[in-house]
Amino acid sequence: MADLRTDLAGIRSPNPFWLASAPPTNTGYQVQRAFDAGWGGAVWKTLGSLVINTTSRYGGYNIGNQRVAGFNNIELISDRPLEVNLKEIYETKKMFPNHALVVSLMVEPKREAWHEIVKRVEAVGVDGLELNFGCPHGMAERGMGSASGQVPALVEAQTSWVKEAAQTPVIVKLTPNITDITATAVAAVQGGADAISLINTINSLMGVDLDSWNTIPQVAGKGAHGGYCGPAVKPIALSMLAECARHPQVTVPISGIGGVSTWKDAAEFLLMGATGVQVCTAAMHHGFRIVEDMIDGLSNYLDEKGLTSVDELIGKSVSKYTNWGDLDLNYRIVARINTETCINCNKCHIACEDTSHQCIERHMDVEGKPYLKVREDDCVGCNLCSIVCPVDGVISMVEVPPEAQPMTWNERVKALSAVGSGN
Amino acid sequence: MDDRLRHNFAEVYPGFTSTQAMDESNRCLFCYDAPCITACPTGINIPSFIKKIATGNLKGSAKVIMDANPVGASCARVCPTVQLCEGACVLNDASEPIAIGMLQRFATDAAIKSGERLFAPGPSNGLKVAVVGSGPAGLSAARELARFGYSVTIYEAKDKPGGLDTYGIVSFRLPQEISLWEAEQVSRMGVEIRTGVRVGVDVQPEQLLEKYNAVVLAVGMGQVPNLGIEGENLEGVYDAIDLIESVKTDAFTGDMDGARVVVIGAGNTAIDAATCSVRLGAGNVKIAYRRTRSEMTAYDFEYSFAKEDGVEFRWLTAPKRIIGDESGKVTHLECVRMELSEAGKDGRPVPVPIEGSEFLMEVDAVIKAIGQTRLLGLIEAFSLDHYKGVVTVDPRTYRTSHPKVYAAGDVIFGHGQGEAMVVSAAQQGKLTAHEIHRQLNRQTAETA
Repeated sequence: MADLRTDLAGIRSPNPFWLASAPPTNTGYQVQRAFDAGWGGAVWKTLGSLVINTTSRYGGYNIGNQRVAGFNNIELISDRPLEVNLKEIYETKKMFPNHALVVSLMVEPKREAWHEIVKRVEAVGVDGLELNFGCPHGMAERGMGSASGQVPALVEAQTSWVKEAAQTPVIVKLTPNITDITATAVAAVQGGADAISLINTINSLMGVDLDSWNTIPQVAGKGAHGGYCGPAVKPIALSMLAECARHPQVTVPISGIGGVSTWKDAAEFLLMGATGVQVCTAAMHHGFRIVEDMIDGLSNYLDEKGLTSVDELIGKSVSKYTNWGDLDLNYRIVARINTETCINCNKCHIACEDTSHQCIERHMDVEGKPYLKVREDDCVGCNLCSIVCPVDGVISMVEVPPEAQPMTWNERVKALSAVGSGN
Repeated sequence: MDDRLRHNFAEVYPGFTSTQAMDESNRCLFCYDAPCITACPTGINIPSFIKKIATGNLKGSAKVIMDANPVGASCARVCPTVQLCEGACVLNDASEPIAIGMLQRFATDAAIKSGERLFAPGPSNGLKVAVVGSGPAGLSAARELARFGYSVTIYEAKDKPGGLDTYGIVSFRLPQEISLWEAEQVSRMGVEIRTGVRVGVDVQPEQLLEKYNAVVLAVGMGQVPNLGIEGENLEGVYDAIDLIESVKTDAFTGDMDGARVVVIGAGNTAIDAATCSVRLGAGNVKIAYRRTRSEMTAYDFEYSFAKEDGVEFRWLTAPKRIIGDESGKVTHLECVRMELSEAGKDGRPVPVPIEGSEFLMEVDAVIKAIGQTRLLGLIEAFSLDHYKGVVTVDPRTYRTSHPKVYAAGDVIFGHGQGEAMVVSAAQQGKLTAHEIHRQLNRQTAETA
């Protein structure tokens, strides 16, 4: 069995699966249950200023019969007294000395406030701190959370204040509600962050109730934007992770967050440069027990790939993520349909006919049985047909010999300007 | 009907819950040019109505169904879906076919519950059509004609509309309120349904031909014919159609409690009669059929249903004589074993008795279910060409030998013409209406 232990800027964990700072890590009882279930680490729900939470708080986004494809919340940071949290953190760390126990923090952007909370939290014995510069609702209205996290200078300054006081590794958690997340990632590094984590939740309104015309969720007939997360945000999180992972000035390890629900999601995040992952929505949907298959699945995958440790997976796909201008314009694939396994639902045909390049033809064989055929000369290899096909393996995208030597757009522009013909 | 019987005759299969309907409707691939549509005799746009269930547009879903099939709620229950839509589902090749019948029932049940009228009549065109019979074919023709703007009157001999769906299919498979709702949808479009009026008795064919621009004959078929053996008039000998009707109308006065019952015949009505007997409390129910399972006309799902109900099948067994006691009550059925010889004219093997193989069965009831008679009197009263009681029509136009008379449904089924299914009758009714509209429009145009 492969070694699943991870080390994020000195924070060691028996496996790469942490619970993110969120409702699942609100109390000692919950975090202890999570560790019992097998989670390698947990980021305690954010401690800081006094808050009062509303009812209701959550909204689910269901697609067809897939419940919680997306999820949002308007819950704020911990609404329990700091002393109670600190006592439970102390007890939990004593009970689970080998698990990663990180505490999320958020205070107003003042040096003294940061110094004070850092000292109090570190005094009870924690493995690290995570600075919540991401929460998009409620706290932001008071100048905290994503309001801080959207201003690189504020990220840098607050990180450096924390670092003045902190003895344990400091992770800076970034908000995705920003045009270019690498700007705040670099600021965190310049402020002295030992690691960054991303993404926090995305600004969202989950829906409108078609009977009451209220927002979803609603509080006494009114609603406010909340933080969006769950499986639907994974592609957004993955791209932000990849942008940071390949950025030359982001020199610290990254904790990946955003829609991780299975070991496969986790493996993708690891490949794209995360040292570990944090999970929330999947646990809120199914309970802590989901970690069992995450560990088992990842372990089997590493074995299958002949890897002895999770470290060997981290970052292996980062170099494959590049700019559009560096993609080979002469690379060519076309769709091939396996007529033996095709069930003739014609979804590829209509998708191609109406919305792509009109190259999937419907035919009838001599026995009157329908079949579909790709006119390969007109196929641009867009993948659409293979995406809409409901049966795995029926449509394969097959590489065909290129008509010219590989050339990217950037190379083309360069070559053309060399011969002086403009574009 | 007491509580026990009411329970016995409640619909066998509960409908889908909302969760089941959401799960199943979301499983539908929404195929383009889907084969299920082609496999449906009425051409319901099945992916469309299923998608509408998935989006929560139940009214729209029911309209898609009922638009193509005016008796779509009944068909959701009685169609041999495995042979039709579900049999054509592309998912047969990948996993399990979509439960189209159950989804159709879910959508139409919602429409029944809402009580809304689904379709409006067209603006009046001043033309009048009489429809004789309010079964699937008649209702379907009337509904379409009303949408085209015709003034339509349905003549129905029975007290309630719906024909076979109302009277001839056991309530645990098709409750009366379903077909009555379909009829109500049609009457709410302004179609007058004159129940309890017998054409040929209370009103004469000539009167109809005189008063209306066209007549649709959709009278179905009659009672079960005689077996032609001794003892058919004994007490305890039933006509399957009568039996089902009397149970469905709560008029059954016999006593089946603990009875030993033999049903003669192996069509869908025989199955209905057998399972109906089980639910009436019969102690043992057998179906005796002179051919074998391969030749029986009952659908496979009907056969399985009867087996689940504990009905026993006696293949290659033909009735020879029904024996009664002094009080005229049936006590025994004498049967003879059969064997199959070469195929006859209809392509089916001919059963021939094995000499000396006669045997007696102790019985308390014998139910005849060997098909239905033709309503020859009525057909001849309209002076229509027919072959052995099957009205001859142009297969494209459903026009009979009388230019003003069209025919659809069971009245044209038999001897290689037509189909026996409710859904086929519905489609024929629809096409008949379209043809009448085409013809009368043309005539109007010529006159103008």
